[in-house]
Amino acid sequence: MLRLFLAGLAILFACLNANAQEGGLQPILQDHQEIIVKSSRKTIKPAIDALAASGLPQAQVMLETWAAKDMWMRKSDGLFFAGTKAEGRLYELTDFDTGEVVGTFEKSDLKQLKPNSGVRAMIGTALVQFQLTDPDRKKRLAALKSIQRDPEGALLEPLRASIEDEPDVDLKVQKQRLERLLTIGYDEDVVARVAAIEEMSNDLGVDVRAALNPLLVTARKTAADLPSDVNVAIVLEPGSDALSRDDAYHLLVASDLAASLVLPDDIRLALAANIDGGRVGGIPVAQLNNNTARAQAYSTLAEAGIVPAFVTEADIDTALGAHVFFETYAEPSIEVTAAAEKALKKIELKVGLNQTLDLTLDAVSLASIYFLAAIGLAITFGVMGVINMAHGEFIMMGAYTGYVVQQYVPDHTVSIIVAIPMAFAVTFAMGVAMERLVIRWLYARPLETLLATFGISIALQQLAKNIFGTQARPLTAPGWLDGAWVMNDVVSISYIRIAIFVLALIFLGLFLYIMKRTRLGLEMRAVTQNPRMAGSMGINPGRVNMLTFGLGSGIAGIAGVAIGLFAKVTSDLGNDYIVQSFMTVVVGGVGNIWGALAGAGMIGFLQKGIEWMNPSNTLAAQTYMIIFIIIFIQFRPRGIIALKGRAAGD
Amino acid sequence: MKSLKSTLAGSVVFAAIATAALSAEDTIKVGVLHSLSGTMAISETTLKDTMLMLIDQQNAKGGLLGKQLEAVVVDPASDWPLFAEKARELLTVHEVDVIFGNWTSVSRKSVLPVIEELNGLLFYPVQYEGEESSKNVFYTGASPNQQAIPATDYFLEELGVEKFALLGTDYVYPRTTNNILESYLKQKGIADADIFVNYTPFGHSDWSKIVSDVVALGEDGKKVGVISTINGDANIGFYKELAAAGVSADDIPVVAFSVGEEELSGLDTANLVGHLAAWNYFQSADTDVNAEFVETWKATMGDERVTNDPMEAHYIGFNMWVNAATEAGSTEVDAVRAAMYGQEFPNLTGGTAVMLPNHHLAKPVLIGEIQEDGQFDIISETDVVPGDAWTDFLPESAVLKSDWKDLGCGMYNTETESCVQTLSNY
Amino acid sequence: MERSFVAKNPSVLVFLAILSLFTLGVTVLSEGFGIGVISTSFVKTLGKTLCLCLIAVAMDLVWGFTGILSLGHFAFFGLGGYMIGMWLMYERTRLIVVESLSQAEIPPTPAEVVDAIGTQIFGVVGSSEFPLIWAFSHSLTLQLILVVVVPGLLALIFGWLAFRSRVTGVYLSILTQAMTLALALYLFQNDSGLRGNNGLSGLQNLPGVTVSQDVVSLWFLWASALALGLGYMLAAWIVSGKFGSVLRGIRDNEARVRFLGYSVEVYKLAVFTLTACIAAIAGALYYPQAGIINPEEMAPIASIYLAVWVAIGGRGRLYGAVIGAAFVSLLSTWFTGGQAPDIPLGFYTIKWVDWWQVLLGVSFVLVTLFAPQGIGGLFDLYTNQRHPDRHGANLGPDEGALREKEASL
Repeated sequence: MLRLFLAGLAILFACLNANAQEGGLQPILQDHQEIIVKSSRKTIKPAIDALAASGLPQAQVMLETWAAKDMWMRKSDGLFFAGTKAEGRLYELTDFDTGEVVGTFEKSDLKQLKPNSGVRAMIGTALVQFQLTDPDRKKRLAALKSIQRDPEGALLEPLRASIEDEPDVDLKVQKQRLERLLTIGYDEDVVARVAAIEEMSNDLGVDVRAALNPLLVTARKTAADLPSDVNVAIVLEPGSDALSRDDAYHLLVASDLAASLVLPDDIRLALAANIDGGRVGGIPVAQLNNNTARAQAYSTLAEAGIVPAFVTEADIDTALGAHVFFETYAEPSIEVTAAAEKALKKIELKVGLNQTLDLTLDAVSLASIYFLAAIGLAITFGVMGVINMAHGEFIMMGAYTGYVVQQYVPDHTVSIIVAIPMAFAVTFAMGVAMERLVIRWLYARPLETLLATFGISIALQQLAKNIFGTQARPLTAPGWLDGAWVMNDVVSISYIRIAIFVLALIFLGLFLYIMKRTRLGLEMRAVTQNPRMAGSMGINPGRVNMLTFGLGSGIAGIAGVAIGLFAKVTSDLGNDYIVQSFMTVVVGGVGNIWGALAGAGMIGFLQKGIEWMNPSNTLAAQTYMIIFIIIFIQFRPRGIIALKGRAAGD
Repeated sequence: MKSLKSTLAGSVVFAAIATAALSAEDTIKVGVLHSLSGTMAISETTLKDTMLMLIDQQNAKGGLLGKQLEAVVVDPASDWPLFAEKARELLTVHEVDVIFGNWTSVSRKSVLPVIEELNGLLFYPVQYEGEESSKNVFYTGASPNQQAIPATDYFLEELGVEKFALLGTDYVYPRTTNNILESYLKQKGIADADIFVNYTPFGHSDWSKIVSDVVALGEDGKKVGVISTINGDANIGFYKELAAAGVSADDIPVVAFSVGEEELSGLDTANLVGHLAAWNYFQSADTDVNAEFVETWKATMGDERVTNDPMEAHYIGFNMWVNAATEAGSTEVDAVRAAMYGQEFPNLTGGTAVMLPNHHLAKPVLIGEIQEDGQFDIISETDVVPGDAWTDFLPESAVLKSDWKDLGCGMYNTETESCVQTLSNY
Repeated sequence: MERSFVAKNPSVLVFLAILSLFTLGVTVLSEGFGIGVISTSFVKTLGKTLCLCLIAVAMDLVWGFTGILSLGHFAFFGLGGYMIGMWLMYERTRLIVVESLSQAEIPPTPAEVVDAIGTQIFGVVGSSEFPLIWAFSHSLTLQLILVVVVPGLLALIFGWLAFRSRVTGVYLSILTQAMTLALALYLFQNDSGLRGNNGLSGLQNLPGVTVSQDVVSLWFLWASALALGLGYMLAAWIVSGKFGSVLRGIRDNEARVRFLGYSVEVYKLAVFTLTACIAAIAGALYYPQAGIINPEEMAPIASIYLAVWVAIGGRGRLYGAVIGAAFVSLLSTWFTGGQAPDIPLGFYTIKWVDWWQVLLGVSFVLVTLFAPQGIGGLFDLYTNQRHPDRHGANLGPDEGALREKEASL
């Protein structure tokens, strides 16, 4: 029954089609049905061009629908419609030309068209002509994005035409900028291009460089004489740094201007192909297990003319001497290339400076993460001298607390505000419990504290696995921390890192305040310097130790929330930070918060510096950093900022 | 405490002796060699559960050859030497007929000598770097030409990418895959300077510099694409940084080979919409078998669990093994192996997978775009691609061929027409 | 010396007797011998356990007797494994390559053979050239020498730097841990030339040996037992003499020993280097049994586990270290192997795979808190050995010195 109905519908539409033949989109779509269904960037162009050139007002809606993956084909007759999801597996189809609803259909009778990102970009480019003057600001912005992504000469005119009437100031500026960039690449007037290049030569944008660099693309060529009709960038001397003899000769071979070299592999193959009664060139096969014998056999074959002769050094010299080697610009205009070169040089210098700034920001950010991770340890290890191998697990517990809070408080901002004190409370309690039950009994045996806390560490890790599973858990930052603070296209830093930096500063302040300005801090300092004396002054050393340890642990918990926000929440999260944190404290100098700060700064900057020198291997950076630290400790065993006198403890 | 310790110590010895004698029951034993603890448990536990589910289903259908299947689960604890030890234990102590297991390449390399020595049978379900062929292993995951090469083609042809950033975790799969890809890209005319390679440690979390390096690649006006072989947890930080830097998939698309539904469940994907992954299977595949598979999985494991590509590999591998054993009338390794060649089984994504004489599957390759709900939208599906043990894009291995059926050799040099070695290269 | 070494140390004889009996028993019951009560995989586990016992003895020497909590001895252990692994891989691959190239029409040049070996070994990690560190891998003798020399040299340099600048206590522990981490991270890189994360594999297949693993596993068991026996005797001899007294002196009060005129640094350095060499030998025997070595083996956590074994077994007594290593590592195998029965509690079932680590962690804490003597302390109870009773006061003036409960004799 349904089929009969569909068949009837199909006939009906066939009639409608015939009516709309003059102006409708459907015929154009049908003409290109095959390539639209195939939906490949390589073949789709005729279809998009035809649709864009149809001049029909509905083409814009149709293209937008298509790009949004909302275009469907009815399998029964191959017609295309806009589809919206109805109930269950049903979809409601709308005709592009008439805008009328055609009916609802089973998903299995339809085929959704999913243009890939490449095709979507082409649709976007085709849409530019419609969207540049669209009343909707969003669509105009989309058009600009499309131009930015795929700059084309053909878009220059419509873009220029649209600048005048642009009501939005911000968009107008963007349009003007884009117009300049397109002018550089596509304007026919050389003077206008040079002017545009000069105008943009103060701009740091990646897109400016992207417009300039293609102008300076060179190709390496060789010829008997330097041609006069090309834009030559440089003439190269074979044997120089820019062009080695080997490369020069390869270039000649590649241009069919010289005979190719005979490589060891060629020799072997040639010899194997010419075995004659157990001998090659008179030498028994069994003796061909060294290069001299092989070369000799090959020469014999070459003399007989069976194989190409060796290319000697003299041959190479002659060939190199007979040719010039040079690089040419693809861009024919010398004025443009000269201007572009000058502009780029100017930009490069600025880019270099900004890259240094960016690297510095990265290093500061990394340092603040290390500092945050280590600050709790600076209290427990630095002030109290307790080695707490479970410090990393406190960080982990803080992160999981954040995750759990987020399960109950869906609003991300609120959940983070709740999570921070919660994380502090949980890890503070944990720290106090640990101090009471374990560490208290081991103050005189620091090495054993290390072992006991290590035991706690692996137990906690496994517990976290048992409770939360091994899969990483999401801890999502509130929306206002998404994105990055962009100074320009080179220098940017994500808000979340800035937040961590601020948090680190707050803790630094808090720590200093507690230690220097509160009674607890005074007692802490007293107890760590001389517990017996402190005890006789009426301070309860047990209580102070407990609180100090709890405070250090609590801060680790808060650090956990921050670290979870920017990285990941897994049960072995703590492992990544524990060694680094100890390094930070040890390098900086025990017992001093400024030491931890200096340590974190040094490690952060060092790591980024090594990464910058060797960008393709981040692992190497970490290795060399640790080696450096080991050596550093040899020379300053007490760290950067060492305590002196009685405070040093011994 | 004391008495507990001595009891435990006593039972260690006892267990060792007892397990040796315990193998004459009337079941067919299936070994499951996946880490249930340690770093890899995150991925491998899912596969253990998949195997248990498949074995249960098979038993409900009446078992195999009139016997019930019995799963023997051991935990190699993400400790690579322990994989070899446990494999030996499975084969000699528990006397299993087949092993389903392993995830990482290094664990496979650890197990290989043992499996080959004892003539065991292993089904390996994960996409891997290729350059290996063992008589005793069936590779049901993708080889590079079934994942990396089609994805790169997609970048070149469909997205028009002209400059590539190959980012990977520093271990063998990314190293070898990137090596193959570099060679492939150069053959496709991409200049050396247009290929940026970076390796990071496992679990790397500080991605800001690398992401800004990638963004800076766009400065010569060429379209940049990222091919990511970043493994596991490190992806979370990477995608978070990518999202923070405002890199949209339309500007710099990222295609990942190790990110599936499971990995995305630890992420908020709202900012990642449009980035890509290449697999042989996505949970979103719209077929009836898949709907049923996903439903059973959720019913067994809970509603929030997702399915992924290695699970499908086990699904196909297990069913092929069952069919091959039925055909051979025995679970004896050599008989099953002979029956495996040409074995066909429907994919969950539609079409049919075929086992080739080189112990790889012929399967179609899918490319999916990440969606807001953490699922993938399949936007491209290739024709069936036969898995290739030795890549054609590296000169040393282009001449090698694997054919266990007719040539009886996994490393056959077509140039000298001789078998390099019959054991695998571990 | 009035009495002989053995007479002074009857426990050494007992230990050697038990070790020989154990080895003999395992041999007779093994598959390689024919009876087959003990499976080959378990023989390998036992062989590996003996190697772990050997490194535990080394650890006890450096920590239990000298008081240096080194968290780096597994790095030396791993390095030893790497050194022997290089030869095993090279030689095995060479045999395959020579065999395969002999079928070629033109006989290969030596350079071609080496290239082909390189391609085979490094092909999987995307390179084909031999790095410099493989320069001696063709020679078994040289690599065997390197097994001791490389870790020994590393320990010597590191120890010299550390002890010279008087880094002690927990600082030293952290520093050794950093060294281990740096080494592991370095080896993780593919560029380090030791196949990165994959490491060296297939080490159980001895080149040119065609007998089955059933027999090979016994060879290694014997070799490991021999090494453990010799190592134990050496350690016992060291600690029983004057040298040992100085070591204990350093442990209990380093400053006092220094003021007595001993060169503390030299003693520490000697013991640190010696134990590194013992650890390396243990590693060189361990990894051919394990079959694969990779950087993960050298992760800092492994060295911490080592300390824990010694602590659980009982520091400051060599048999304690052996017991600790054997007990904990075997128990660990048992629990992670899924053989331990689950405990149903009604509302929750304790699966040991999930809870073993928790149990292990908690037991460290308990042992450190309540039984600093470890399992070895049980022997004291049995022999009724008493600890000096000073009513809670320290034995020495320094806070780091032994508490009365820890001291024996």
